[in-house]
Amino acid sequence: MTEGVNVVALVVFCLFFVAVTVMGFLAAKWRKAANENSLDEWGLGGRSFGTWITWFLLGGDLYTAYTFVAVPAAIYAGGAAGFFAVPYTILVYPLIFTFLPRLWSVSHRHGYVTTSDFVRGRYGSKGLSLAVAITGILATMPYIALQLVGIQAVLDVMGVGGGENTHWFIKDLPLLIAFGVLAAYTYSSGLRAPALIAFVKDTLIYLVIAVAIIYIPIKLGGFDAIFEAASGKFEAINPVTEKPTGALVPAEPGQWTYATLALGSALALFMYPHSITATLSSKSREVIRRNTTILPLYSLMLGLLALLGFMAIAAGIKVANGQLAIPQLFESMFPSWFAGVAFAAIGIGALVPAAIMSIAAANLFTRNIYKDFLKPDATPEQETKVSKIVSLLVKVGALVFVLGMDKTVAINFQLLGGIWILQTFPALVGGLFTRWFHRWALIAGWAVGMIYGTYQAYQVSSPTQKHFGGSSAEMPLIGEIGYIGFTAIVLNVLVTVVLTFVLRAAKAPDGVDETSPSDYTADAGDRGVDPEVPPVTAPTH
Amino acid sequence: MTPVRVVIALCLLAPFVAMLWVGSYAKVEPTFIGIPFFYWYQMAWVLISTALTMIAYVLWRRDQRGRAASRHSSTKDGGASS
Repeated sequence: MTEGVNVVALVVFCLFFVAVTVMGFLAAKWRKAANENSLDEWGLGGRSFGTWITWFLLGGDLYTAYTFVAVPAAIYAGGAAGFFAVPYTILVYPLIFTFLPRLWSVSHRHGYVTTSDFVRGRYGSKGLSLAVAITGILATMPYIALQLVGIQAVLDVMGVGGGENTHWFIKDLPLLIAFGVLAAYTYSSGLRAPALIAFVKDTLIYLVIAVAIIYIPIKLGGFDAIFEAASGKFEAINPVTEKPTGALVPAEPGQWTYATLALGSALALFMYPHSITATLSSKSREVIRRNTTILPLYSLMLGLLALLGFMAIAAGIKVANGQLAIPQLFESMFPSWFAGVAFAAIGIGALVPAAIMSIAAANLFTRNIYKDFLKPDATPEQETKVSKIVSLLVKVGALVFVLGMDKTVAINFQLLGGIWILQTFPALVGGLFTRWFHRWALIAGWAVGMIYGTYQAYQVSSPTQKHFGGSSAEMPLIGEIGYIGFTAIVLNVLVTVVLTFVLRAAKAPDGVDETSPSDYTADAGDRGVDPEVPPVTAPTH
Repeated sequence: MTPVRVVIALCLLAPFVAMLWVGSYAKVEPTFIGIPFFYWYQMAWVLISTALTMIAYVLWRRDQRGRAASRHSSTKDGGASS
């Protein structure tokens, strides 16, 4: 870690930061709405985004500090195991292609803004809707926390994070300022702010990646030299565990972990409130499917970024906190001004998704907790106001995770959120295709999955802390180490299926379904007019 | 399930088989410009799966249009075949 402040990099970083802040506040005037006080406007940008904006927006919240800091850091620390993020993002798109157009259609027919809206309408169950809402808000917090950790890593490397002995307030002040600004423009501009800033973010990110991926390997003597250095580091025996510190390819036992992490993360991703928000704000279901054919560009970018972890090893970067590896690599490889650009890319790349995530969580709270349980007769103005305030509170919740969890393995923040959000899968995706599952069975399955997942994650210790130290544990019956979220969802589905049989046999009252089969295939322009054909994957009966 | 829909389903399913079968690609050789097989193979699959999704998208659109057209003509003829 270099001592002192990198002035040039800091100035460049601040210039970009000020520019996007101005953009964020001006965004309120972009594509100005007819009724700016409605939740549709603040929270979904008026549902008017076309292919390109949706692409930027979805990419903006899928590729975050997770991509830039957490994944390369995981590679830097352990090698192959961290690369699961690539198959994870490959598997996401066939899933989106299959599921989300149905959700888009039914949401546009019935005016649903959140997944909970849909679940309540589909199952006629406020309890299930509440469970989905709480899970969404809870799972979003560690994900926002991951963004905070990303920004902090950049600030640290620029030398404004303070040393070990700095007072915590001074140490965290730059971070607090960054988040204060973020909170303010999210509050005033809603989803328009991150949508507009996402353009800047992605341009910066592509620029930095292109430069990094060509410039750094040349400087380090090619990929041969990079992987040779990496394999040398991983073969070294860790004195604590008496095992190699990592591997270039996953060994037999690690392959289950690898596959379950990839699949579990892929299933979880589009359940998050923020990916749903970005999807619902597109203007037709065509836009969603078309996007699945262009979004993988981001996956390629992620793969290349992941390799930066190996480059950091080859470049001889030695940091105790793995999250600092990539910012440190940029600082030592690039001229100061370009390091500043790279840091701005990471910083803005964390702010955009953090804004989208907090808006999405706020929508959930307002629609499904405030309006359903606290104040059913709330006016649209009140709804928007509550949403804005909750978007602030969610960020505070994220801070709790930053303080309470091990920041050296930031990828766990996202994986912990994944364990929780996955438990809403049977209700949401099941509901998009069939009404067979019983609402009470779904609640029971959800509860079992949540309790099991949280307990298992609590039990995992890491070298630096006793609880919540990781996201993998032994899978019962199979006996291999796997992603806890995956085990929990299997358990959840089992409970749901068994109880559905029981409840159906006992003739337990089924809730009222306000949707009809044609709602799931409706497209823009044919509201109630065109009787649609059955979808690709027909409901099973 | 029409044959076209089977092809669409296969296009969407293939990446799952390829990526979850980790044993099939957990090796270093052959390397590509110095990058171990494990890494370049998965990145190649980003491109393969993109191509597959595009095929699925084109087929799906054609399928939808075909159905809309046939439904349209069948309603004109009195809705006899549908």
